Amino acid sequence: MITQSPIIEVKDVSVQLGGAWVHQNLNLSVNHGEILAIVGGSGSGKTTLLREMLMLQRPNSGSIRVFEHELMTASSATLLEVQKRWGVLFQENALFSSLTVEENAAFPLREHTKLDDKTIKELAILKILLAGLPSSAAIKYPAELSGGMQKRAGIARAIVLDPALLFLDEPTAGLDPESADAFDELILNLQKTMGLTIVMVTHDLDSLWHVTNRVAFLGEGHVLCVDAMSELVKNPHPLIQAFFRGARGRVVQRRYD
Amino acid sequence: MNAHALVVLDTQAPRLICRGEWSLTNLSKIKADFQKIVWPYPQVLTVDGQAVTRMDSAGAWLLAHSLKEIASKGLETSLQHFSEQAQILLALVEKRAIEPAYIPIPVLKRRNGIEQLGYTVVQQLVELKNFLHFTGELAFEFVGGIFHPQRWRWNELAAVIGKTGVQALPIIALLSFMIGVVIAYQMGNQLRNYGANVFIVNLLGLSVLREFGPLITAIMVAGRTGSAFTAQLGIMKLNQEIDALNTMGVTPGQLLLLPRLLGLLIALPLLTMWADIFGILGGIVMTKNMLDLTAYDFLHRFHHEIPLRALFIGLGKAPVFALLIGSIGCFQGMRVQGGADSVGKQTTRSVVLAIFFIIVVDAIFSIIFSRLKL
Repeated sequence: MITQSPIIEVKDVSVQLGGAWVHQNLNLSVNHGEILAIVGGSGSGKTTLLREMLMLQRPNSGSIRVFEHELMTASSATLLEVQKRWGVLFQENALFSSLTVEENAAFPLREHTKLDDKTIKELAILKILLAGLPSSAAIKYPAELSGGMQKRAGIARAIVLDPALLFLDEPTAGLDPESADAFDELILNLQKTMGLTIVMVTHDLDSLWHVTNRVAFLGEGHVLCVDAMSELVKNPHPLIQAFFRGARGRVVQRRYD
Repeated sequence: MNAHALVVLDTQAPRLICRGEWSLTNLSKIKADFQKIVWPYPQVLTVDGQAVTRMDSAGAWLLAHSLKEIASKGLETSLQHFSEQAQILLALVEKRAIEPAYIPIPVLKRRNGIEQLGYTVVQQLVELKNFLHFTGELAFEFVGGIFHPQRWRWNELAAVIGKTGVQALPIIALLSFMIGVVIAYQMGNQLRNYGANVFIVNLLGLSVLREFGPLITAIMVAGRTGSAFTAQLGIMKLNQEIDALNTMGVTPGQLLLLPRLLGLLIALPLLTMWADIFGILGGIVMTKNMLDLTAYDFLHRFHHEIPLRALFIGLGKAPVFALLIGSIGCFQGMRVQGGADSVGKQTTRSVVLAIFFIIVVDAIFSIIFSRLKL
């Protein structure tokens, strides 16, 4: 599947929140099949950008194209078509607390397909296993799972419709290093097997080095630089240097040099 | 051979040709196409995937699943010309779900009737025990507060009285006024038949002061404030705010529970008094229109016929109701755990239990008062 045009194209987006401009003429494009991370200091509008791509936050001006559909002017039917082709893992997982893991994962299938109950269950279980959960977790409620398992359940729900595009909001935040490493592997694995394009917001330097193809650095209301991690750290911009040249940044970089 | 079928059997070769888009959207169609195939006698069958334009995990699952079914018919299958990605997917699906050690889909266990009955009884007993524990702890904390007046949260208390009392004044006034109108209308109809119009004052005065004032106010407050207590405390619990307080050496009892309980204890009798006034007012308006009894005559007779005792008996119930509503509301709030579902459950429980016990306690009061001939 070779498509030249980018899967997401954000053009000249400006957004004002609480009287302050969060983005001013922000441009970013995401190519097919890549893992792109969005980073930046606190309050640089990473999550806002993600919310704009998901049409949860309407920008004041600009254009956002996903799967070559302009979302700013899209009809609800077009938007639904787009929504069926992306999956989202929220920072706090946003699993439905009154449903079991299996019901959570099956939810998009029940809403958007006309498959029979048995097939839906089989597919949901397959995705739960793919996300690295034991099948015994399927009948548990989200509250009965640990943080890492909840993330995996969230992933299972996000990939259940076999999306082309996956959004991850701080996927490794709050996980212990071992789980975080395993989660990175899971992301790489899913990307490889399902041919996903992944957009993730993250602070995790290990993930940035290990998982991503390209990293977009947000600051001063727009994207300061988009490049592979090894090139990005060489960018002389003071904000970028401050971000990666701290004690943590240097330690992690040494490991991947 | 159907030209549009996504899977067809080439009987010449023999091989099974998969083609087109093997994705979630086409899943039911592929399934139907599989149904149409007439399987040859047991032999080796090649499955060709050259013409598959796209395969996602749902498609891979269906292929693996179907091949397993074919295998049970005695046909041996071998895959060929599948894209690299499709092969990864197939291998993955095969490894995970189609192997002999096929993991059955776990099912939620449901209790049968007797198990459910036993479970519910035990649950109720445990809840009663926890409730007693909760009230005991609060009482202990209250007594502790008497010796340490600096622990009192006056601002919190004032805020609770403002929210549960002052803000409830309009709705309580309106409601009791209408109750007064309704009672006057029903009783007035009967009394007029006997020409006993003036006795409306006795009936209305006693029923509003002794029963309807306290009861309507308490039920209204249980719905309005008890539910708010539960939801508010429940969300705080989920948000770990309660845990945070505990680690800082501030007990939730001091900061959150006692002010709510005491605030309600102060506000509810005052609200009851307010409800009494408007209930009688509603009665006066209705009697004036229906039975031609002027407001002056009504109040004159009221003054003579209704003992002060009636007012105090009504007002005396209010603190008991307040403690019921407050303690149940707070207790249910502190029992919230898990997620949003639990907040809804406990809030419902809080209101239902509070109203239930308000009526039970009111009935007990009636029995006691009749024994005491009050």
